Amino acid sequence: MKSFEYAIPSSLEEASSLLAQSWGETEILAGGTDLVTSLKQQVTAPKRVVSLRNISSLKGITVQRQSVRIGAMTTLADLTANSAVKEHFPALVKAVQGIGSQQIISAGTVGGDLCQRPRCWYYRNGFGLFGKQGDTSLVLEGDNRYHAIFGNEGPAYFVSASSLGPALIALGATLKISGTKGKTREVAAREFFRTPKSESERETVLRPNEILFEITIPIRGLKNATYEVRHRQGLDWPYVTATVSFALKGGTASNASVVLGHVAPVPWPSAAASKALNGARIDASLAAKCGQAATEGAKPLSGNAYKLQLVKTAVKRAVLDAAAAA
Amino acid sequence: MSEKLKSSQVPGVSRRGFLKGLGVSGVATGLLTGTETPTEAAERGSPIKGPGEIPITLQINGKKHQLSVEPRVTLLDALRNRLDLTGSKKVCDRGTCGACTVIVDGQPVYSCSMLAVEAEGRAITTIEGLGTAENMNPVQKAFVKHDAQQCGFCTPGFVVACTAFLKTNPNPTLEDARTGLGGNLCRCGTYAGIMDAVLDAAKMTKGGA
Repeated sequence: MKSFEYAIPSSLEEASSLLAQSWGETEILAGGTDLVTSLKQQVTAPKRVVSLRNISSLKGITVQRQSVRIGAMTTLADLTANSAVKEHFPALVKAVQGIGSQQIISAGTVGGDLCQRPRCWYYRNGFGLFGKQGDTSLVLEGDNRYHAIFGNEGPAYFVSASSLGPALIALGATLKISGTKGKTREVAAREFFRTPKSESERETVLRPNEILFEITIPIRGLKNATYEVRHRQGLDWPYVTATVSFALKGGTASNASVVLGHVAPVPWPSAAASKALNGARIDASLAAKCGQAATEGAKPLSGNAYKLQLVKTAVKRAVLDAAAAA
Repeated sequence: MSEKLKSSQVPGVSRRGFLKGLGVSGVATGLLTGTETPTEAAERGSPIKGPGEIPITLQINGKKHQLSVEPRVTLLDALRNRLDLTGSKKVCDRGTCGACTVIVDGQPVYSCSMLAVEAEGRAITTIEGLGTAENMNPVQKAFVKHDAQQCGFCTPGFVVACTAFLKTNPNPTLEDARTGLGGNLCRCGTYAGIMDAVLDAAKMTKGGA
């Protein structure tokens, strides 16, 4: 690990002022579960690390009548222990449980989960965000079993590593972002993620000196569930996840949202799957149809066509789990 | 987005100069394009420390330890290399295997993935603080009873992780324990013994042993 300055500001405004205006010169430290390893492996080598741990306003959950507000530095453990979160957002709790390590869940934060960098093995081994060696794409020429099947026109082929992203999009969450001089802005979770087109961009709409500080999830009485398909039960990233949410009245769904995880450089909302749910009676055959619809538009690479079947299964089971939930 | 500075344009941070608070504003304007320079911050009681060694106090197993570390030193390296608390093991050093698990403010964390400077002001418990050979905690007793180790290298991390796990899950099922301890790996594969030990330790704890 290269040496760096450590800054520990006590307000968001101060934190923003300590961040550089271009990526890579400074990094934000939340729970450290991703950043510290990235520093060791020199995937990033900033001049300064800005810790958010002294900004007390970033921690904690506020439950209101129509929404739940979550500070970005709230740990995943505290998120899933919250009774309102458990009651209204089982999809979120399930997404956290999938992480499979109490150590990551107790140190990792909600904001950190959303801002973590891709797990692509070419990226983690020093070949850049797009996994290139000269003009050669190591992803296309090499082993791409864990890479994207949607949104993979290039140069980005990695998958978004966020566990919470798909669930927050399906639940209609809003994210609050703080910039310099105390300026704040809001973006829908759906708009927060983006696919970088060059190495000087990152995977979200955050500017280098902006900080994600709060997540608001509306309480809308939606049925919701997350289903993960994974290689093993222990700590690992899933192959494919699906979060679904919908209103259910007399067995018929409306306001449906189906969002896939680990299939694209961003969490991937499936319009076709959502459409299949809206106005339909939820049963096993509809759930299967919805899973089939979720694969529409997929373009697998040489080694990851297996993910198509996993998408079908994950969506089908998430739909049935959501419908069965109390 | 502003243009990336070429490294040749960036004056290196002189540690001595930095510590004396000299020449820092020149460095800062070249290096960091934020609105506040480190010097300005320093004048207000600086939130910026390092990159050289900085004095910190860690509260470990109820005792305060003063040491100096660079910001890049992990809690695990501080424990093992500075304080001779070598019970926490360095195996994967990338937040996967759990051999370095310690308890920070009641929560199990990977000490390899936490900077030592981030642990300041928090209550840290390591394997050395859980019990002794003469006076073992229930998890340690259960590990001995169920022969829940083979080579033993992952054992301290498992014992700390199990102790923390039982605090939040006093009545675990086998399934709970398997999921809850998924962040610890045993390359000898003694999981069956470890699971027996965890479930037994839960019973012992309830019995007041």
